Amino acid sequence: MSLINSMPEMVITAKADAFLNWTRKSSVWWMLFGLACCAIEMMQTQGPRADVDRFGTAPRAAPRQSDLMIVAGTLTLKMALRTKLLYEQMPEPRYVVSMGSCANCGGLFQLAYSVCDGVDKVIPVDVYIPGCPPRPEALTEGILKLQEKMMKEKWLVRKEAAGEPAAA
Amino acid sequence: MSLSGFEVEVERTTASGLETEEMTLNMGPQHPSTHGVLRFVVKADGEVMREAIPDVGYLHRSIEKISEKVGYHGFMPYTDRVDYVAAMFCNQGWGMVCEKLAGIEVPKRGEYCRVIAAEFNRIASHLLSVGTMVLDIGAATPFFHAFREREKINDLLEELCGARLTYNYMRIGGVAWDLPPGFVEKSIAFLDAFEPLIDEYNDLITYNTIYLGRVADVAVISGPEAINYNLVGPNLRASGVKYDVRRDEPYSVYPELEFDVPVGTGEEGTVGDCFDRYIVRIREMQESCKILRQCFKQIPDGPVIAKVPRKFKPPAGDAYIRVESARGDMGWYAVSDGSEFPYRCKVRTGSFAAMAIIDKVSRGLMIADLVAVIASLDIVAPEVDR
Amino acid sequence: MDAAAIHQRLKARLEANVGDCDLQAKDPFIRVEPAAILEVCRFLRDEPDLQFDVLSNETGVDYKAKGIIEVVYHLYSYPHRHALVLKVDAPRDNPVVPSVETVWKAANWLEREIYDLLGVTFEGHSDLRRLLMPEDWIGYPLRKDFVEPEEYHGISTRRESLLR
Repeated sequence: MSLINSMPEMVITAKADAFLNWTRKSSVWWMLFGLACCAIEMMQTQGPRADVDRFGTAPRAAPRQSDLMIVAGTLTLKMALRTKLLYEQMPEPRYVVSMGSCANCGGLFQLAYSVCDGVDKVIPVDVYIPGCPPRPEALTEGILKLQEKMMKEKWLVRKEAAGEPAAA
Repeated sequence: MSLSGFEVEVERTTASGLETEEMTLNMGPQHPSTHGVLRFVVKADGEVMREAIPDVGYLHRSIEKISEKVGYHGFMPYTDRVDYVAAMFCNQGWGMVCEKLAGIEVPKRGEYCRVIAAEFNRIASHLLSVGTMVLDIGAATPFFHAFREREKINDLLEELCGARLTYNYMRIGGVAWDLPPGFVEKSIAFLDAFEPLIDEYNDLITYNTIYLGRVADVAVISGPEAINYNLVGPNLRASGVKYDVRRDEPYSVYPELEFDVPVGTGEEGTVGDCFDRYIVRIREMQESCKILRQCFKQIPDGPVIAKVPRKFKPPAGDAYIRVESARGDMGWYAVSDGSEFPYRCKVRTGSFAAMAIIDKVSRGLMIADLVAVIASLDIVAPEVDR
Repeated sequence: MDAAAIHQRLKARLEANVGDCDLQAKDPFIRVEPAAILEVCRFLRDEPDLQFDVLSNETGVDYKAKGIIEVVYHLYSYPHRHALVLKVDAPRDNPVVPSVETVWKAANWLEREIYDLLGVTFEGHSDLRRLLMPEDWIGYPLRKDFVEPEEYHGISTRRESLLR
C-alpha cells in the first residue's frame, strides 16, 4: 500500500509535504542539455558571477541522475526524437524548463524547414523563460519559479481532499 | 526509424588464438562535453578506437534558406547564430560580402569599431574555447577563471551594443552605434588587468604534468594534411602553417595594425598536436590585446556607417569574402539576383572541416582522447550544421 | 597570377573542356565542363606556379529559371597567395558531377552537403549520404521548389505564428 496521495488533509500532512518539497527544491540537479546559444548563457549562469550553484543546483551528465532538464537552444526535428527519449529516461518527479525563444516557440527560426517550433510539442514543460538568449539573471529567476512550483506540490494528501480532480 | 547506436553491438574476431570483440558505442547527441550537439558512433576495441564516425545535423537550423526569405538587412541577426561564440566575425563577414556586392565603402571609424568589437570577441571566444577544453579534460578550476574574464568582456560589449552573446552590432556599411563615452577608458583598464592574467593560465594548467600527458603528442596533424582538409585558423597555425587572413589577404584596417601570428612549434610534443592548438589560442589572446591597444590609440573621428538604402538591392552577381574568425577563415558567399532578397547565401566555417578530419585523426587513439581532440579543434556545433 | 593568366594556362593545356572566363564579375570565374572538372582541378593543384592546394569552398546554387544547378568552387593557394573561382553547370533534372575528393579531402563533406541539400550526385565520392538532414528525410531543401512537409514522425511542423 502506497502513501502517495492517500491521506486526508491535516496539519501534519501539510507540514510533511512542505518538508518533502523543501528538501527536493533545495537540490535540483539538472541535466546538461545545452543545444545552442542559450547553452553558453547557461554555462555563464553556472559561472562565477551569476552562480546558480548557491541555490543547490548542480549539473549532471546523464538523464538518469537528474531532476530537471533545461532545454537551452533550438530543437531541430532530428533532435526532437532524441529529446523525447531522454525525457523518458529521467526518473520521476521530473521537470522541464524551456529556456529561450527557440525552445519556447521556435524563436526566430520559425521560418526554417528543419526546426521543431517549441519543445512543448514533444515533452511537457513546467517553466518558460523568454529571451534570446535569456540573461543569467533570467535563468536564475526561472529556476526560482520552478522551486516555488515545487513547493506547492502535494504528495501525501489525497487529491480530491485538496480540491483537485482525483488521480486516474 | 531506429535510433541506432543505443544498442551495444559486439563483433567477435579471432586473431592469434585470442578472441577479441569490437564494440559500437554511441557518444551524444546529448553529452557532457560542452561543444554542442554532436554525435559520434565509435567503434572501439577495448579502449582503443578503430573509427569515430561523426553524425551531425542536430542543430541544422536552415539559416542559409532563411536568408532568402528575410532580405539582406534582416539577415544580420541570423548571422550571429551561425557561430554564437564569436558572433561579431559572422556579422562582419555578412556586412563585407554585401558591401562587396554593392561596392560600398565603410568609413574609417566604422572599420575601427568593427575591429575593436571583433578582437574583443576573439578574446572571449578563445577564453571559452580554452576554458571548456580544460574542463572536458577534467580540470574544473581554470574554467571559472576563464568565465570570470569572459563576464567582464560581456559587460563591455553589452555597453557597446546591448547584448551579451548574439550582438547584431554591425550593419551593412558599418556598425550600428558609435563607441559610448567612457568605453575606451574602461577597455584599457580591462586590458591592463587581463594581460597579466594570461600568465596565470600558464601557472594553473598549461605546463601541468597531468595536462601535458593528456594533450601532448595526441592527434598530430601535419601541415600538408591540414591544408588538404582545409583546416583553418588556430588549427592550421598549430600545424606549422603561418597563414592568417588578417595578414596575408588583409581586409578592413588590419594593414595599419601590427601584430604577430603565433605558430605551433611542438614545444611540448610534436608540431600539430593538441597542445599546440591550445597554446596558439593562448598566444592569440595576447596578440589581440596588442591590436586593441593600437586601435584605441589610432581610431579617427567621423561617421561609423555609410549611407545604405533601406531597400538594399545590390546588382546581380556573386561575391566571396573571407574573414579571420576566432575559429579560422570563414568564407561568405552570396549570390544576388538584383532584388532585395539574396538568391543564395553560403557560409563555409572553420569547424566544418575540423569535424571532417576527426575520423581520420582518431584512429588508434583511446576513447578519452576523442574528447581532447574535439575540444582542441574548437568545434562548435552551429558552425558545422548552420 | 590573375584569372586571365590562369585561364590562358588552362586553355593551353586542356583545350576542349575549359569554357570562357568572365572577367567582369566581382570574382572572375572560369566555366568548366562537368566531365573535365577532375582533370582541371588536378592540374591546378599540381602545376608548380599555380599550386592551388586549398579548396576553400564548394557551393551549389539552384538556378531554377535556367534549369541548371551550378556548383561553384573557390580555390586558393597558400604558396602563391592567389585565388580562383570555377563554375560547373549540371542539368537540374539529373545533376551529376564528378567528385574532386581525390584532389582535396576537404571536398568530402562539402560535396555531401550539396548532395543532401540540393540533390547533386557526385560520381566517385567515397561516402555519399545525407549529412545535415535526418537519413529518412525526403526532398532537397535548398531547391527553389521544395515544399515543407506537414509533419515529421508525428511532430507537426505547423505553428500559429506572426512571422508566417
